Amino acid sequence: MTAEAATQQTTSDEVMVELRDVNKWYGDFHVLKNINLKVTKGERIIICGPSGCGKSTLIRCMNRLEEHQQGDIIVSGITLDDDLKRIDRVRRDIGMVFQQFNLFPHLTVMENCCLAPIWVQKKPRKEAEAIAMKYLERVQIADQAKKFPGQLSGGQQQRVAIARSLCMNPSIMLFDEPTSALDPEMIKEVLDVMVDLAHEGMTMLCVTHEMGFAKTVANRVLFMDAGEIIEENEPNEFFDNPQSDRTKLFLSQIL
Amino acid sequence: MTVHITTPTPDQPAPASSVGVVGWLRKNLFSSIPNAIFTIIGILLIYKLVPPALNWAFITADWTGTTREACTSDGACWVFVGVRINQFLFGFYPASEYWRVVASFSLVGVLVAWLLIEQTPKKGLVAAFTVFCYPIIAYFLFYGGAFGLPVVETHKWGGLMLTLILATIGMFCALPIGIILALGRRSSMPIAKSISVIFIEFWRGVPLITVLFMSSVMLPIFMPETWHFDKLLRALIGIVFFQSAYMAEVVRGGLQAIPRGQYEAAEALGLSYWKTMTFIILPQALKLVIPGIVNTFIALFKDTTLVLIIGLFDLLAVVQAAFADPEWLGYSVEGYVFVASVYWVSCFSMSRYSQHLEKKLHTGHAR
Repeated sequence: MTAEAATQQTTSDEVMVELRDVNKWYGDFHVLKNINLKVTKGERIIICGPSGCGKSTLIRCMNRLEEHQQGDIIVSGITLDDDLKRIDRVRRDIGMVFQQFNLFPHLTVMENCCLAPIWVQKKPRKEAEAIAMKYLERVQIADQAKKFPGQLSGGQQQRVAIARSLCMNPSIMLFDEPTSALDPEMIKEVLDVMVDLAHEGMTMLCVTHEMGFAKTVANRVLFMDAGEIIEENEPNEFFDNPQSDRTKLFLSQIL
Repeated sequence: MTVHITTPTPDQPAPASSVGVVGWLRKNLFSSIPNAIFTIIGILLIYKLVPPALNWAFITADWTGTTREACTSDGACWVFVGVRINQFLFGFYPASEYWRVVASFSLVGVLVAWLLIEQTPKKGLVAAFTVFCYPIIAYFLFYGGAFGLPVVETHKWGGLMLTLILATIGMFCALPIGIILALGRRSSMPIAKSISVIFIEFWRGVPLITVLFMSSVMLPIFMPETWHFDKLLRALIGIVFFQSAYMAEVVRGGLQAIPRGQYEAAEALGLSYWKTMTFIILPQALKLVIPGIVNTFIALFKDTTLVLIIGLFDLLAVVQAAFADPEWLGYSVEGYVFVASVYWVSCFSMSRYSQHLEKKLHTGHAR
């Protein structure tokens, strides 16, 4: 599919994630500075920036893996605070894929996918397995369902991790550098799955340096540096016509 | 242009000096001069020690008879152990009630075998029965006082039976308490954390002998006289607390080895703290520390001999008491060898099973 076809995809006005003046510190280190961001349903946002700029921290705040100290984060209409019940509801609605896959090594692929549907959503095992099979087929790894993660390649593991998140039927997916730990020949199989997902209208926030992927699926690219969103644009403009010097420098280094 | 066609070279046999018995000997026993010297010393030691020991224990030993007159040869006098075997196994438990002990241990043997052997069905049900029903059955079988079984006071319990009771109850209680303490110590809740730390550091900081003395001598002084607390029970609680402190630190080591990503993945999926621990963290952490857990179990099993000092007659104490019998003076070596073999066989089995378990639970992930 071409870049135009992807960007033409409908996005509605329903706000899925909203950040208002979010600030976060690690001790004295000011890692997120006055972040304002609105993500509407079906949007595919790529977040890039130099290492240590706070991009992972930003998406990890959205499902409360990290706590923010100032400002509001509203996910699917729920404001994130210390209330565990709200955090739980948000986490059920947000899927997350990690750089290091973080599959559960003592469980088979199938068990990895069924665990949360059974114990969080209280689905019967049969139903959970059927759902898991559906998503494993979608990421083309159904034939490995009985294997343990340690017996799969990195690319296969990451596809299982995506399927595991999808099994919870999330409306938003967060990707934290999903291809950075992969060997080059495996990056494409993971990106293909993510492209498919984007075409199906999933709301996605993706921290990545895969600029080809950004051009294909994103409808917005955020560039972060030193805890701030420096620049925000639709992908072609962002790559062809960067505004700030820091963006230009960054793009010259990675392209 | 010329084309070279070579026929594949057939495999040649390896030189005789590198394979087979000669090759193995060369590589493993005589690879260098120090190695050769150690090999020769080793063979000499084996030759000097093993045949005489086997000779003493088996070949020239006396096996049958009922009195010391039966022991006429130079070897071991196993008649001594044979005559005393009931006392060694059951202590002062009344002979007419031995069947209760045998029944109880047979039952737990079957249950444990059921759980340990892979092919058996309905493991969950059997595990629940073992945890919830078996202790009640065992209590009434050992102690009596119901179903027409006469009461056998705990001071009559002794021998191998007492050792096994102390060890099994110790293990089955120390592991779960240890897990809770380890989780508590890593908890972010300050109260749970400090209680766990204080408990662990207190029990780990005192010798087991002190704990046993405290439980049998000091505790009754501080308690109201009307409170009658069984001595065996007091010793057991002491052993359980003592060992669970060690177990907690072993389990904590496992918990710390689990990468943060595992917690994060579980959290991101919406699993609660207890579900994360039960399904994700503990299965991995406990598997990692199987050697440490079994190590603690083995230590606990052997430490039960310390109850001797508070007047409980475990296997070692009963055997030692038998040395004082004027009929059988001078057979302490046989007694100690018997006790040592029982302990060795038990501990070695535990060690072997743990190795088997580690292999079985390995799911191909490198760590």
